[in-house]
Amino acid sequence: MSRETMEYDVVIVGGGPSGLSTAIKLKQLNSNLNVCLLEKASEIGAHILSGNVFETRALDELIPDWKNLNSPIKTKVTKEKFLFLGKTKSISWPTWLLPAVQQNHKNYIISLANLCRWLGEQAEALGVEIFPGFPASEILYNNDGSIKGVATQDMGIDREGNKKDSFEPGIELLGKVTVFAEGCRGHLGKQLIKKFELDKDKDPQQYGIGFKEIWEIDEKNHEEGLVMHTAGWPLDNNTYGGSFIYHAGNKQVFLGYVIGLDYKNPHLSPFDEFQRFKTHPAIKKIIEGGKRISYGARALIEGGFQSLPRMYMPGALLIGCDAGTLNMPKIKGSHTAMKSGIIAAETINEHIKDNKKLSVFEEKLKNSWLYKELYEARNVKPSFSWGLILGIIFTGIDQILFRGRMPFTLKHKHADHETLKLANEMPKIEYPKPDNVITFDKTSSVYLTGTNHADNQPVHLQLKDPNLPINYTLEKFDEPAQRYCPAGVYEVLREDNVNKFVINSQNCIHCKTCDIKEPSQNINWVTPEGGGGPKYGNM
Amino acid sequence: MKILVAVKRVIDYNVQIRVKEDGSGVVTDNVKMSTNPPDDNAIEEAVKIKESGKASEVVAVSVGEEKAQETVRKALAVGADRGILVKADGIIEPLAVSKILQKVVEKEKPDLVFMGKQAIDDDCNQTGQMLAALLNWPQATFASKIEVKDKSLEVTREIDEGLETIEVNVPAIVTCDLRLNEPRYASLPNIMKAKKKPIEQITASDLGVDTKPRIEQIKVEEPPKRKAGIKVASVEELVQKLKNEAKVI
Repeated sequence: MSRETMEYDVVIVGGGPSGLSTAIKLKQLNSNLNVCLLEKASEIGAHILSGNVFETRALDELIPDWKNLNSPIKTKVTKEKFLFLGKTKSISWPTWLLPAVQQNHKNYIISLANLCRWLGEQAEALGVEIFPGFPASEILYNNDGSIKGVATQDMGIDREGNKKDSFEPGIELLGKVTVFAEGCRGHLGKQLIKKFELDKDKDPQQYGIGFKEIWEIDEKNHEEGLVMHTAGWPLDNNTYGGSFIYHAGNKQVFLGYVIGLDYKNPHLSPFDEFQRFKTHPAIKKIIEGGKRISYGARALIEGGFQSLPRMYMPGALLIGCDAGTLNMPKIKGSHTAMKSGIIAAETINEHIKDNKKLSVFEEKLKNSWLYKELYEARNVKPSFSWGLILGIIFTGIDQILFRGRMPFTLKHKHADHETLKLANEMPKIEYPKPDNVITFDKTSSVYLTGTNHADNQPVHLQLKDPNLPINYTLEKFDEPAQRYCPAGVYEVLREDNVNKFVINSQNCIHCKTCDIKEPSQNINWVTPEGGGGPKYGNM
Repeated sequence: MKILVAVKRVIDYNVQIRVKEDGSGVVTDNVKMSTNPPDDNAIEEAVKIKESGKASEVVAVSVGEEKAQETVRKALAVGADRGILVKADGIIEPLAVSKILQKVVEKEKPDLVFMGKQAIDDDCNQTGQMLAALLNWPQATFASKIEVKDKSLEVTREIDEGLETIEVNVPAIVTCDLRLNEPRYASLPNIMKAKKKPIEQITASDLGVDTKPRIEQIKVEEPPKRKAGIKVASVEELVQKLKNEAKVI
């Protein structure tokens, strides 16, 4: 089947902080370049979810004048707290004893979705062509194996794969350089890493799942600019995770929880841990009397330096968290993603203008503050594989005394899908029922995401072996997809004494956790029809 | 034949609507906006009629703030030939929209005016009917099928009793039901082409229409939360509860 083609100098896949930064920087360097950017969400920002305490370093470089351009970066961090939670007690950790990377006094509390919307406007004003609602679903190769572009998804295919009356074939977008900036666990990025062995000699990538709710709270509990983090309860010593509570403007708090996807107990439900966390007296008193107005979840990168794949290949670059530039101890990835986007643009500009190789990217990366940041942060996450307490002691020594310059590098030993123990070897966890005031069930939560996928389209969560969930995963691991999915996509239903694995793909909020954590890597997340997925507002 | 299609920019149907804390309206900041769904059907039908050779031009018109231009642009991307944006800020009631459309009709002289049967934001379902009255044209509302004849239309209407088929003389107003057709997707090349199609921008006051609201909105609030249901053990208990507690039988 022949598809229409459109040619550009640069094709960017993904409208998050890294892709948008590449687009903007490219047009700043050479306004004659033809740049297009594809985004699978119905609009820029609608699939963006992040804490977010924002460090402006990369933005200062990209748009130095951002303060005068009505950017949505307003709430300066004024106060910080760090709490260790016991079941009912909490201990406040003095912030002067926090490593420098965890100090936020120069940073801002923002909505990353709104920052991306604003960056999108800046890019469009510079002449970048932005196409929301068009997922890139396929990588296109030249005969020599180099990447020549991407194809967008066909639209109007029914569940059985037949063309509907509304069928609209995908388009081939060809670029001198294609930039993959899909965010954590991009489905094309995953293919590229495999095909070009970009992760050769690197540690397996590490991931987490992050939840976020926005609450409008009582004025007397609100302290605009306050940034609070917690560790400890409800997670045990062996599970990596923690919370954030950011007091933004308009009496809102951004409240969230991150759990490392290297958790071992298949009975653990990240969603329910997050819900339970809110019942802690130290947390409940903040949101009591308030109203939850948003919910969402997204996988994030935790592997850092050791797991960072090679980011260039013939005809293309892999940037931001599609590669994995998040700085874990800093709990920040937006400024690093943006920086990787800026470096990508500089590389591409020299490639097109002076015919320099794309491998120049590596050199530029190594000479940047981004590389130094990731290098110094590298030993924190692996040290938590020894448990929370040892992890904290080591991190204190590593980050405060040595500032990340210890003469060795700890390794990430396992990929996250390998860490689950058998269900019958691990304790079951009883989660309290939601009270619909502080804690909620998945159904009412997913409703708040506004997620939707057009009816009667192919299931975008593909099983390599459709029988495996019931025949193997249910028996061995009590089918953990029922619990790790934050949107209730996967269910095991019992009908007439037969277990049936059900995929409610219309609920999917594009977090990619299933693609990461499924113990046999049996679930493959592919792009659904354009415009589908959550409609996040100011997440 | 020339078809004018009115399209409205509304909050996307997937978005969970949130009422402003002070009750002055609903939150629209950073909320995804889209074309009113039945307006998509109206555009689709007009474009189909043009493709069948029975119409020569499809003009999309929207009334609203500057950003409503995106809604007009979307109509151009799925096949409208050119667009008109009548800029007006604040709440524009159906009567004001009808008066604006009346002026646009007088200027553009279309043979047909299509629009959605109602908008999903205010649910008024008035604009088409008021426009028909102002123009003194026949109207066919809730259309689920349209057949273009020589100088008339045969329109199937979705009504409470089932389907009603009527014939209206051209010029006419048709308001469209969601069952009318399946709107097409805007393809990438067509989105690109739409960027080059002209959109004429005028203001409501250019047309001499006073858009001041005639209705005072006192308060917007969320519907009361539904109480959880209960399970009854028997039919007898159900009847008893319906009689004594709900007092409905």
